[in-house]
Amino acid sequence: MSYYHIEEEENELLAKVEEISGEIVTLCEQCGICTTSCPMADEMDFTPAGIMHAVKIGDKAVLDSKAIWICASCFTCTVRCPRGIDLAKVTEALRQIHLRKNKDHINLEEVKEEELEEDLPPIAIVSALRKFTG
Amino acid sequence: MEVAYYPGCTLKTHAKEFEKAALKAYRAIGIELKELDKWYCCGTVYSLAKDNIMYKVASVRNILNAQKEGFDCLIVLCSMCYNTLKQAQEFIKDESNLARIKAFMDEEEYKGIEILHGLELLKDKMEEIKKAVKKPLNRKYAAYYGCTLLRPKSVAIDSYEKPSIMERLIEALGGIAVEWPLKNECCGSYNIITNKEIVVERVRHIIENARQRGAEAIVTSCPLCYFNLKECQKDVKRIYPGFEEMPLYYYTELMNEAFNGKFDKGENNNGS
Ligand code: SF4
Ligand code: SF4
Repeated sequence: MSYYHIEEEENELLAKVEEISGEIVTLCEQCGICTTSCPMADEMDFTPAGIMHAVKIGDKAVLDSKAIWICASCFTCTVRCPRGIDLAKVTEALRQIHLRKNKDHINLEEVKEEELEEDLPPIAIVSALRKFTG
Repeated sequence: MEVAYYPGCTLKTHAKEFEKAALKAYRAIGIELKELDKWYCCGTVYSLAKDNIMYKVASVRNILNAQKEGFDCLIVLCSMCYNTLKQAQEFIKDESNLARIKAFMDEEEYKGIEILHGLELLKDKMEEIKKAVKKPLNRKYAAYYGCTLLRPKSVAIDSYEKPSIMERLIEALGGIAVEWPLKNECCGSYNIITNKEIVVERVRHIIENARQRGAEAIVTSCPLCYFNLKECQKDVKRIYPGFEEMPLYYYTELMNEAFNGKFDKGENNNGS
């Protein structure tokens, strides 16, 4: 991937993420504390700090990342960010960009099958539907 | 003392034993948990999108309802429901937010209500708890807080990096609480639906850490942590045959065990 940088005024992704999340992504100083705190970082294709960087420079590849769906909204990064950024809201905004186009991340049929198989608690099913469907 | 209590969907279905044990345990120390006459699913996760008001409506309706039933404090036992209701309560502390939400419901004025997790209620009841113990616990326990009792900071029931309320409870019941660093780490939560293999690895990591610190059992108040830890240990065992499963308890079950001198698992024990 070639490195590119979009000027802030024309950075559509940044504008959208800031609008939905209410967070100021450009405050990020790329210290990496979110990444070292994140329990899911090892499983991600973009690290939490990488997500912030991508949004900041307008790299839309982050929208196709697995990371935004792996983020469990655990708020560990949120409580530790020295710039006071709520990164959990940033990943929620990135998910919302998909979900608001009516592109669901899971399908109900599959959930039902698993539910029968494993006796999933309602909080697991409802929270997944809230996070992964529009 | 009677306090209003919000159960949520999971305590009425999957985690019945948590509720059953709670009603009994709190009664033993003089607290009557009175279920709200009317309540709805809180939504389980608080919407993090700034512009999404709809997902907050159900939580706010529950809060207003508790007020309507005459309560100024609401106790929640499920960690996820607690987190969602508490964040909603924080949200409507702001007048303009409340006004936006109220556009969707024509109800009485909001006067302000306290939302507490069941554990918070025990903070200054340790003496009563000690007195109620008939047979002290004699094992080593790892108190597992997970995320939703502690984060974000605005909802933390205790120090969000170094909580100790459950440890104090375990010790009051005669057990030994081990100190371990993963007590406030995420188990993977709703990834159980989409990325189970990630949760399985998280669970292995969490259980091994507890074991290394000497724990013989895990104590929690979150039905999703409980489910993930319990179910995924079976998968861990399939992948790592030498792995030994560790038992899990809701904190209210431990209270009853110490209060009654015997362990009484509810009818529903998740198929184990
Ligand atoms: S912790 Fe905060 S400032 Fe540091 S990289 Fe992460 S989001 Fe940026
Ligand atoms: S909220 Fe998401 S990105 Fe932040 S620490 Fe938790 S899983 Fe990682």
